Amino acid sequence: MDQLRPLQKLTPPIHPYWGEKVNTTSKILLSWVEIDLNNILHFEKFLLSLVTQSENGSTFYISQTDEKGVVTDWPIEDDSYLKLTDHAGVGHLSLYGSQGLIQTWHYTLAINSLVTQFKDQFHERHQLIEKKRNEVVSEVSITTCPNCQSPIPPEQSTCIVCDPETEIPPSTLTLFKLWRFAKPYKKDLILGFILTLLSTAATLVPPYISMPLMDEVLIPFQTTHVMNYELASLYLGGLLLAALFAWGLGWWKTYILALVSERIGMELRTKTFQHLIHLSLEYFGAKRTGDLMARIGNETDRICIFLSLHLLDFLTDMIMLFMTAAILISIDPLLALVTLLPLPFIAWMIHFVRDKLRYGFEKVDRNWSEVNNVLSDTIPGIRVVKAFAQEDRENQRFIAANQRNLEVNDRVNRIWSSFAPTVTLLTEVGLLVVWGFGIYQVANEHITVGVLTAFLAYISRFYGRMDSMSRIVSHTQKAAAGAKRVFDILDHESSVPDTKNPVALPKQIRGQIDLTNVGFRYGNRAVTKNVNLQIQPGEMIGLVGHSGSGKSTLVNLICRFYDVSEGSVKIDGIDVRNIDTKELRQLFGMVLQEPFLFFGTIAENIAYGKPEATRAEIVQAAKAANAHDFILRLPLGYDSLVGERGQSLSGGERQRISIARALLIDPKILILDEATSSVDTTTEKEIQKALDNLVKGRTTLAIAHRLSTLRKADRLIVLDKGEIIEVGNHDELMAAKGTYYQLYQAQARHAAEIAESI
Amino acid sequence: MKDLLMNFNLEKDVFGNIKLVLDDGQSYDQVRIIRAFPISDPENGFSIVNQDGHELVWFESIDQLSEDNQRIAHSSLEQIEFIPVISKITDLNTYALPSIWEIETDRGLTKLKLKTEQDIRRVSSEALLITDANGIQYLIKNRKTLDKFSKKVLDRFM
Repeated sequence: MDQLRPLQKLTPPIHPYWGEKVNTTSKILLSWVEIDLNNILHFEKFLLSLVTQSENGSTFYISQTDEKGVVTDWPIEDDSYLKLTDHAGVGHLSLYGSQGLIQTWHYTLAINSLVTQFKDQFHERHQLIEKKRNEVVSEVSITTCPNCQSPIPPEQSTCIVCDPETEIPPSTLTLFKLWRFAKPYKKDLILGFILTLLSTAATLVPPYISMPLMDEVLIPFQTTHVMNYELASLYLGGLLLAALFAWGLGWWKTYILALVSERIGMELRTKTFQHLIHLSLEYFGAKRTGDLMARIGNETDRICIFLSLHLLDFLTDMIMLFMTAAILISIDPLLALVTLLPLPFIAWMIHFVRDKLRYGFEKVDRNWSEVNNVLSDTIPGIRVVKAFAQEDRENQRFIAANQRNLEVNDRVNRIWSSFAPTVTLLTEVGLLVVWGFGIYQVANEHITVGVLTAFLAYISRFYGRMDSMSRIVSHTQKAAAGAKRVFDILDHESSVPDTKNPVALPKQIRGQIDLTNVGFRYGNRAVTKNVNLQIQPGEMIGLVGHSGSGKSTLVNLICRFYDVSEGSVKIDGIDVRNIDTKELRQLFGMVLQEPFLFFGTIAENIAYGKPEATRAEIVQAAKAANAHDFILRLPLGYDSLVGERGQSLSGGERQRISIARALLIDPKILILDEATSSVDTTTEKEIQKALDNLVKGRTTLAIAHRLSTLRKADRLIVLDKGEIIEVGNHDELMAAKGTYYQLYQAQARHAAEIAESI
Repeated sequence: MKDLLMNFNLEKDVFGNIKLVLDDGQSYDQVRIIRAFPISDPENGFSIVNQDGHELVWFESIDQLSEDNQRIAHSSLEQIEFIPVISKITDLNTYALPSIWEIETDRGLTKLKLKTEQDIRRVSSEALLITDANGIQYLIKNRKTLDKFSKKVLDRFM
């Protein structure tokens, strides 16, 4: 391949903007990235490309093209390397050679993942050119992210630069997705619609009857002074009947539609929750608990209210509008025209004022939360406030927040207070037009008095609804925003997808774990790289390292809370990605640093992983976990309530319950994640005893800060920055005098110092 | 090169790393210089930290350093300091969140993405600090002297 492929056919596809500026003859472009800062950190775009001159791929260089088309080249030596660093939102890409730093480029972290990709491709340049040469030049379709316009690499399905979920502003169209949940209730919805039509029609009858009542009863009476009681009672009867009909139908309609919307709401909530709890831990890590709770609780309820109240009212009003228009036109087209003409204008006016108000109210909301912030700062921190005698300062802060709140409210109230009178005024003006034109028509004997009264009755009813109709816009927007947030959860695909054809696990799992070339990226940060580890059945492995060295990540990968980015994790030779998630997790027992107890009895908590466990099994597990005695000391024994609203237990007691929980399911593989680090040394000893029971005969992975707790481990794995740096048992590692030795010495010194100071 | 006022010296090697040599001969590789109060008092209070972020030396002001050290300190700070000052908001895509603003800054034109309203922080009664979705911080020195449109945009989100 001695010819340069067209720029558009590169992966990632190059932006046409650069296409004209890059000299495409006699070079082979291997990779590129567009960086966005210049050397004095001003915003300026550059194209960095990795190119090679000759086809055998022996000379590479990095070529920089600026916006004016000026090209600068840096030749690359064999031992050149790129390094990424970042600080305060700015990333630096440095090129080093054997002589030292050659060049540094800067970019905002927005494109960090693209730069990382460029760096990786740089280091794989020899393989890359090999790949390019063998690759058939094929048309690569340019896929760009709909939000940020950055190219999406072919192996990725979503944009790596931005998180589309938080990017796309909510659209009203999202509400149509709700149809999926409304479908089962099609019949009820149709019935509801027919009832709406009928009940609306029934409410339109009375003004119609008022017309002959006026023309045939009241006006003749004024001239003849003879009251036609028969006719009058007929019409009055009609009025009563219409009212009764409207009442009955309205009741039925509201009831049916409320039933349906509640069911849709429930379905939406349960489906969302069901989907949510099956999502991977990665998803939960990136989201705030309160936010998820609000989405499932409040947002679904808001959608439900929107459907059953706002949308229904709006539809009823629309139906009424059309029916009224039809009736008015059938009575007198000209007067109907004059009556209906101001409507759109008035509707627009109301909507306009409401829109103005909305931003004002949002502002009020924000300020209100500021007032709340002061409260939630001060009240829980009251001891500090008092200890430093800062009551007055906090008081001033609260006054200031309230002052701001007052200012914003004053501004809003100026418009708000004029709102209701404005609506009334507009209504009156509209009625005035009808009155004026009507009187003129009556005077010319084009219409009767009865027709005029009917018109006035119809239309005044209508103006009253105008205000609430105008609110549909903001209600719809709010519901759409809520629906989007709910569907974001529902449409999110688990990043640890369930395999389609799970491999059946053998009955007897031995518990051998193989990690081959395991790498894991969290976002664009590599957390774990190139980990190779073989854990024998029944072996106890201790994971050691500073916090952030990737110990927990490794455990999470083995349990498949996350999926590896590179390499594979195998249990008894089967890739965890091919095992049914539920079956896989049943292999593991886990004791975590912060034991979580659910609200319920102690027995229920112990049997959490095996709800069908017998009482004898529960007691046995508790005994093995050294928990039996203290449980019996509680007034209600195994039936004592624990958890959020239950009996308070000490850290060590809770830990022993969670150990019993792990023991009960008799796991093949045991994970101890800092199981003893949150308790004091005496308690630790008790827990350690319980743990020793647990560890027996199982493959165990233990993470611990206190190295003394890992003495029993068959092998210790020392991790640093996501890589394994030392392996061996305690004595070997101490003899090697490496990182482990230093860690151990530091801890021993620390312990000695404490002992001395006592 | 000996610093007259301070008991340390800075050196820059070919790899672009800064080396700190103390009076007692102790030296540290790959140190960083950072401001302690980058916004409220950027000219006073500096710390030289090692790779792990532990402080090695504290000094009050760059003026106290020798000329050579000043140069190294300035070049180091330039590399890591990035708080563009917004002079104007020219356009935005939507008033709903997230909102992407087109802005003019002292470092050129760019776009910032505002994720939530809480990312606009009052630093003083006039100054605002805006953190965009990528963690870049933008400063507005005086929101009262901005043009009408910029003020309107800010007002909508504050």
